[in-house]
Amino acid sequence: KMDKFRMIFQFLQSNQESFMNGICGIMALASAQLYVSFDFNCPCLPGYNLPYSLGILFTPPLVLFLLGFVMNNNVSMLAEEWRRPTGLRRKDPAVLRYMFCSMAQRAMIAPAVWISVTLLDGECLVCGFSTSVPVEKLGNTSYVGVPEKEVRRILARIPCKDIYDGQELIAREVAVRYLRCISQALGWSFVLLMTLMAFLIRSLRPCFTQAAFLKSKYWSHYIDIERKLFDETCTEHAKSFAKVCIQQFFEGMNKDMSMGHSHLPEKAPTETGEEKEKLLGITDQGTMNQLLSSWHKCKPPLRLSQEVIQMNVWVKETQKPSPPRREIITYYSKV
Amino acid sequence: MDRFRMIFQYFQSNSESVMNGICGLLALASVKIYTSFDFNCPCLPKYNMAYGMGIMFVPPVVLFLCGLILNRQLVVVMEECNRPTGSRRKNMAIIRYMCSSILLRAMIAPITWIIVILLDGKCFICAFSSAIDAEKFAGFANLTPPTVHLLLAKVPCKEDELMRNNTSRKAVSRYLRCWSQALGWSILLILIVVAFLARSLRPCFNQAAFLQTRYWSNYIDLEQKIFEETCCEHARDFAHKCILHFFESMQKEIKLRHFNVRKEDQGEDQEEGDRLRGITNQEQMNELLHSWYNSKPPLDVSQAGQRQPPGRDRSSTEWAGSLSNRWHAPQGTHASRQTDV
Repeated sequence: KMDKFRMIFQFLQSNQESFMNGICGIMALASAQLYVSFDFNCPCLPGYNLPYSLGILFTPPLVLFLLGFVMNNNVSMLAEEWRRPTGLRRKDPAVLRYMFCSMAQRAMIAPAVWISVTLLDGECLVCGFSTSVPVEKLGNTSYVGVPEKEVRRILARIPCKDIYDGQELIAREVAVRYLRCISQALGWSFVLLMTLMAFLIRSLRPCFTQAAFLKSKYWSHYIDIERKLFDETCTEHAKSFAKVCIQQFFEGMNKDMSMGHSHLPEKAPTETGEEKEKLLGITDQGTMNQLLSSWHKCKPPLRLSQEVIQMNVWVKETQKPSPPRREIITYYSKV
Repeated sequence: MDRFRMIFQYFQSNSESVMNGICGLLALASVKIYTSFDFNCPCLPKYNMAYGMGIMFVPPVVLFLCGLILNRQLVVVMEECNRPTGSRRKNMAIIRYMCSSILLRAMIAPITWIIVILLDGKCFICAFSSAIDAEKFAGFANLTPPTVHLLLAKVPCKEDELMRNNTSRKAVSRYLRCWSQALGWSILLILIVVAFLARSLRPCFNQAAFLQTRYWSNYIDLEQKIFEETCCEHARDFAHKCILHFFESMQKEIKLRHFNVRKEDQGEDQEEGDRLRGITNQEQMNELLHSWYNSKPPLDVSQAGQRQPPGRDRSSTEWAGSLSNRWHAPQGTHASRQTDV
């Protein structure tokens, strides 16, 4: 099972755009699932129904839209490219436009799914517009003489099955069916409109500025890859930097120890066992404790001494006669 | 696992197979959407027909457009239609073939929807319950026309208080359902027969030309895919070289500035030294990062990494640098690739 996920993951990652499509699909499913698990709770009061349902209809899409931007790695890339000083590389507005458009298009999918699902389900519109039901057409015409405020109060209760008390005025099922029918019609029209727009954009784009489009696509891809590679190179560099820095720190500590305890016999490291070399000369508890406390209290400067890095073990041994140096040299050979 | 991988690879190997897979998924999705969609007939005289027809025909249009959008070949066809002729002539037969293949595949999901809706029957009952002849049914025969109209409109709603125990409602319902299913099965039969005839009789007509158009349409598709992949690889190599040059030029600049550097020029045979690329302290690294932000290197890896300091007066390289121009070379260079189909 893990293999299957890994394969799908690899396929999606192979192309940055495929990856973003994957994320869009996931967000669309998440928004549908969110709607299903959301406990819609109509207030059933005259002045509150409409604001509540309009809020439910429009606020989560806004949140999902912004989330779509947040989850898109390319947002920071776009911002960086926009704000950087020009330097030796001019900025191309076409590339920026392309990046922004592709991000905005992808971010619009989840909100569109939410709005469609909300309208097709119908509960939201039933709640919001229950007070606008045409009572003259759908209700019992024999029921007259009720003040308008009372009618509104009764109608506002339509979405709540348990407390509805206006069965004589208008049958609840009739009103709900009517509102749901309109809601579903709106939902399908919205879906049709969105799909039509997407189709027109996708099919008519090659008719306009195809060459410029290829250019923008290539260079926006390039910026993305360049940024990633730069980060990778910096990480590698940081690793090597840290490794050498720590080596030098150990070496420095060892030098201090050996200078401090000059009466200890200097063992020339005849055994070149890997484990022994990894100890880097620190072989007892006291030394180790001192090293650790020194690491905490006084971290070494971020400056690697040039000579030590470039030293080749066999060449330099003959040129540096001092014994402490000799020990130091061998510590670098296997790291 | 192996089987899954094999299926996955089979579908990916050919663009047509991928499209077949997507069509199948879209057809399944259309069935799933229909079953999860809560059909809600308004049971009002004029609204029934509008609602029923809307549900019968709007989702198929949406599914058709989705089928077109998800098909990569649509973009390929549009590009092929609109490109300047250059040295490669356009062949209308290929374009026609690709268009027809795209359209046929996109029509599968809408047809599935229509057939499922007809076989299920709810929509048909909702749309046409007001249109039947009330004389045929005992319960509606002796009522005034407006009442008949109203009652007929309420036939699709089983739980409505007027219709709850009405036996004529069930009769009307069964009658309409029978018609709906007959229509659904007939459409299915006709379509299958047409598909069968088309597929089995096609080799009788113009097989050689067909093989040619199929080959060249496949070719155009693959060419586009490979071009995109090559561009990706190229961008990666370009970025790699650009960054290496950047590090090298920073290194050189630093060397020029710090005169108390070691005398020996060490060979880069130590692995760590290699990776450090000469940047060995905090200030140098900060300077490098600062310079990466403030003054990105020009998009030109042909030179030997000579980076000019920002103060110099050097025109910044445009994005349409030397490398990208190669890809937009006029198609006059590909003189040998005329398709003579």
